[in-house]
Amino acid sequence: MADLTTLRRSPLTHLADRMAAASVSVTVSLSEVPFLGMVSLRVEPSTPAATRVADVLGAPLPTGCGETTGDDDRRALWLGPDEWLVVTTGDPVVLTRELDAALGEDPGLALDVSANRTVVELAGPRARTVLEKGCPVDLHRRSFVPGRAVATTLARVPVLLWQTGHDAYRLLPRSSFADYVARWLLDAMREFNG
Amino acid sequence: MLLLTCPWCGPRDETEYHYGGQAHVPYPEDPAALSDEEWAQYLFYRDNPEGPYAERWSHSLGCRRWFNVVRDTATYEVLAVYTGASPDSQVPGTPTPGHPGGPR
Ligand SMILES: [Zn+2]
Repeated sequence: MADLTTLRRSPLTHLADRMAAASVSVTVSLSEVPFLGMVSLRVEPSTPAATRVADVLGAPLPTGCGETTGDDDRRALWLGPDEWLVVTTGDPVVLTRELDAALGEDPGLALDVSANRTVVELAGPRARTVLEKGCPVDLHRRSFVPGRAVATTLARVPVLLWQTGHDAYRLLPRSSFADYVARWLLDAMREFNG
Repeated sequence: MLLLTCPWCGPRDETEYHYGGQAHVPYPEDPAALSDEEWAQYLFYRDNPEGPYAERWSHSLGCRRWFNVVRDTATYEVLAVYTGASPDSQVPGTPTPGHPGGPR
């Protein structure tokens, strides 16, 4: 089969130059992290199936809102009481197959949804200020710290917001919202890159 | 703007939620036995109190789960948040019905 990875285009390819031009490392920078693998996972927590799934992920499933577990290879983000998104730098097809096998005959779901969202990285000392212009979640460090991830809105559209470092955030909008989210961020960053 | 406490996610802005109307409207035991008027009553007729009102909310842009809220329709005060059949199963940290600040 032809190597499809040479044909694919990420949802923000057309804005890569504009995002690079608007990025100033001492204030705030914006870039796309394209083609990360994502697997939608549903399983009843605290069941043998959930334990087998955790073995595949190499870490226990997050148990509450905002929690993430695992590492960059297989990171689980809490989406609901029985729902998670696993973000992987590896092959999502392989991961989906492994999770599906772990579920076995028990109720649950493991589905490759890699094309559903893209990942936008916003980093720098003013990243939080930029987000606070359009995100209703309290991002102050007393309530939001690296390793936290929540489903919320940015500029009124749904996104997953994931803080990956002291000054670094990842936003996961649906692919169809990615252009709007990136352009909104470019506008919100203007006061810090003029 | 209402600040509603999702039982799973904590306090979030009203804009993250979807309103689901009156809570605890039971599905008819035997729908086929209902007259057209009774069916219309079930489908379309809801209470419209001035004061405490139990209603359904969905955290549609968050965890996507449904839950119940007792809200004062006159003051917009949220009196209880709960997931079960009654406010007995309410979320910790929200006001207790029957106590000061709770439904009359
Ligand atoms: Zn929620």
